[in-house]
Amino acid sequence: MLEVKNLHVEVEGKQILNGIDLNVKPGEMHAIMGLNGSGKSTLSNAITGRENYSVTKGDIIYKNESIVEMEPNERALAGIFMSFQYPTVIPGVNNTYFLRAAVNAKRKYNKQKEYDAASFLKFVKSKLKEVEMDSKYLKRAVNEGFSGGEKKRNEMLQLLCLEPELAIMDETDSGLDIDALKIISKGINNYKNKDRSFLVITHYQRLLKYIEPDVVHVLIDGKIIKSGGKELALELEEKGYSWLES
Amino acid sequence: MNESKNAVIDQRVKEDYKYGFVTDIESDTLAPGISEKTIHYISGKKKEPSWLLDWRLKAYRKWLKMKEPNWQNVNYKNIDYQDISYFSAPKKNELKSLDELDPELLKTYNKLGIPLDEQKMMNGIAVDAVFDSVSVATTFREELKSHGVIFCSFSEAAIDYPEIVQKYLGSVIPHTDNYFACLNSAVFTDGSFVFIPKGVKCPMELSTYFRINEAKTGQFERTLIIAEEGSSVSYLEGCTAPMRDENQLHAAVVELVALDSATIKYSTVQNWYPGNPETGEGGIYNFVTKRGLCSGKNSRISWTQVETGSAVTWKYPSCILKGDNSVGEFYSVALTNNLQQADTGTKMIHIGKNTKSTIISKGISAGKGQQTYRGEVKIMKSADNARNFSQCDSILIGDRCGAHTFPYIDVRNQSAIMEHEASTSKIGEDQLFYCNQRGIDTEDAVSMIVNGFCKEVFNELPMEFAMEATKLMEVSLEGSVG
Ligand SMILES: Nc1ncnc2c1ncn2[C@@H]1O[C@H](COP(=O)(O)OP(=O)(O)OP(=O)(O)O)[C@@H](O)[C@H]1O
Ligand SMILES: [Mg+2]
Repeated sequence: MLEVKNLHVEVEGKQILNGIDLNVKPGEMHAIMGLNGSGKSTLSNAITGRENYSVTKGDIIYKNESIVEMEPNERALAGIFMSFQYPTVIPGVNNTYFLRAAVNAKRKYNKQKEYDAASFLKFVKSKLKEVEMDSKYLKRAVNEGFSGGEKKRNEMLQLLCLEPELAIMDETDSGLDIDALKIISKGINNYKNKDRSFLVITHYQRLLKYIEPDVVHVLIDGKIIKSGGKELALELEEKGYSWLES
Repeated sequence: MNESKNAVIDQRVKEDYKYGFVTDIESDTLAPGISEKTIHYISGKKKEPSWLLDWRLKAYRKWLKMKEPNWQNVNYKNIDYQDISYFSAPKKNELKSLDELDPELLKTYNKLGIPLDEQKMMNGIAVDAVFDSVSVATTFREELKSHGVIFCSFSEAAIDYPEIVQKYLGSVIPHTDNYFACLNSAVFTDGSFVFIPKGVKCPMELSTYFRINEAKTGQFERTLIIAEEGSSVSYLEGCTAPMRDENQLHAAVVELVALDSATIKYSTVQNWYPGNPETGEGGIYNFVTKRGLCSGKNSRISWTQVETGSAVTWKYPSCILKGDNSVGEFYSVALTNNLQQADTGTKMIHIGKNTKSTIISKGISAGKGQQTYRGEVKIMKSADNARNFSQCDSILIGDRCGAHTFPYIDVRNQSAIMEHEASTSKIGEDQLFYCNQRGIDTEDAVSMIVNGFCKEVFNELPMEFAMEATKLMEVSLEGSVG
C-alpha cells in the first residue's frame, strides 16, 4: 500500500525528516509515536503532498507508484486521506456542501454518478450515525466554532464519506473525551478491513487500548529509531522516550 | 505562494466576459459632444415639461464650473466629454405592447437571461429594460398598477406623474452634489421610476436591466424610488455591456426616499465589461452616485451590491438617517481582478434619534486588481443613541493585487455606540490544502472559499439573485462549483 523509502524532507530550508523507511501493507495498521516536534506531522504532510514540504531525497510509493510529483488533490483522489491534527476552518462554506463537493470530486474521478443534494443528504446521515454526530453540524460552516473534539469527529465523518484506502490519522485522539475516543476508535475498527490501511499518529497509549496496531514506530529527530509490536507503546508510556535516545 | 499556485489562480481569475456581444440594431445616435443644444435635444426627444428642461440647464451651467474629482484611489485615462454621445435609442421604440418589441432586442435580453416576453417571464419579477439611453420595455405594469404601484421608465414618469417627479427629483442628491451627479442631472436619459403608495407591500420584486450597446455612448440613467408611509419594496438592478476597445462612461444617479415606517431594499448586480484582462483597454467607468433618505421615523433603507464588472468603479451608496429609529444598511461584495480598480464603500449619516446602521463590506482582489474600501460614519449632534456596526474584510488571491481600507468616523454625540472590525487576509494556503486533501482541485477550492467569504452579503440578496451572484462570482473566478 504505502512504502516510504529513505525519505528526506525539508521545510522552508530546514531539514526535518532524515531518512524515514516505512512499509504499510494492505490491511495493516501502523502507529507512530514520538516527541513533540520530532516530525510526525511533517511526514503526514509530505505523504499528502502539502506545498513547501519538499522531498530532497528518497521516495514515497503508493500502490506501487511514486507519488512525489503528484498534486495533493490527485493523491487524495487516489485514496489517501489525512485526518488533520488541526482541522482548518472555512468560514461561510456549509459543511454539507463541502463534503458533497469532496465526495463528488471522488465519484467523478471514479466515473460514478455524482450525488445530488437530496441523495447526498441521505448518504451523509447514515455516516453521521456512525460517529454519533448531530445533524446540526451539517448546517454549520466547515469547522467554524467547532470544539476541538467536534473537529476531530468531523474529520472522522469525512473519512467515512470519502472511503480512503490509506488513512493517516494525525493525533485524531488528542483532545477527545473518553466517549468520543471510544466512538472514534470504534469508527476506525469498523472501517478497517483487509484492503484498507491506517497510519495512526498518537501520543497516548490509551488509544492503543481500543485499536490494535500491527506495528508501532518511534520517531525521533526525523528518524524512526525503533519499531516493534503493541507492547512498545506500553513501554513508552512507562519509561518515556529518553531511554531510546542514548 | 509559489509560482505553480499563482499560475492556477491566474487561470482561475481569467474571465471570459460572456456578455460582450454587440447587438446589430438600427439606432438614433446623437453625434458626440455636449452643449446646451445637446440638452435641448434630449429633453425634446423625451417631450419633457419645461421645468425639467430648466432643471437640466441649471445643472449643466453648474457642471461647466466644476472640476473633475481626483481624490479617489483609482487611475484612469482622461475622459473627453466632447467625445461621448449623450443619446442613443433603438429606432423602433414606440411600442404599444411587448409584442412589438424589436426581435433583435428581445434576442439580446434573452441572451442575457432576461426574458421580456411576459408569458415566459421569471415568476413574479417585474422588469424594466434600459437599452443605451431609453427604456425599451417594462413588464407587469398593469398588475402592479392594480396595487397602486407605479413602475415605469423615468421619461414616462416625467410626463405622466410630473408632480411626484418634481417633488422628489434632486431632493436626496441635489444637482450640485458632485461632478458626475451634476453631469447626470444635465444629460440623464432614462432609468426607472418606482412609487409605492401608503401601506402597500409591493407584491413582486422589481428589477431594471441596463445594457450599453452603442459605441462611444455614455449611459446616464436616473432612478427614483419613493416608498410612502408603511410601504415596502425590493428592487434589483443588473448591468452588462459589450466588449469594446475604448472606455465608456456610466454615470448614474439613484435616489431613494423612505417615508415613515417604509422599507426599501435596493440590490445591484453590476457586471459591466471590465476591459481587456491583459491590457486593461476598454471597459466601463462606473461612476455612480446613490443615496437613500430615510426621511420618516422607523424607516429602513438597505443597499446590497455585488460589483464584479467595470474597469473602474467609484461609488458609495449611502443613507441619510433623518427619521428617528431609522435604519440604514450596506452589504457589499466587490471583486477586482486582472487590471480592474474599485474605490467603493458607503456613507451613513445619522441625524435622527436611535438611528442604526450596519456596514458589511467584502472585498476580493485577484490578478493585479486594486481595491479600496472607503466608508464614512457621521453621527450628528441630534442623533442620540445612534449605533453603527462596520465590518470590512478583504481577501487577496495571489500576491500581485492590493486592498486598502479608509474608514472615516465623525462622532458629534457622545451617546453613540460604534463598532468597527476589519481584516485583510490572503486566501489561506491551509484552506486550499484542506480542500485539496479532500480531492477538491484548486480552482474549485478558490471559488468555494471566496463564495463562503461573501456569504453574509449574498444572504441579503433576493433568493433568485443570490444564486445569480454566486454563479457570477464563479464565472468571474472561472470554473464552477457543483
Ligand atoms: N512550515 C514549517 N515551517 C518551519 N518549521 C516547520 C514547519 N513545519 C514543521 N516545522 C518544524 O519541523 C519540526 C517537526 O514538526 P512536526 O509538526 O512534524 O512535529 P510533530 O512530530 O508532528 O509534533 P507534535 O507532536 O507537536 O504534533 C518542528 O520543529 C517544527 O517547528
Ligand atoms: Mg504533529
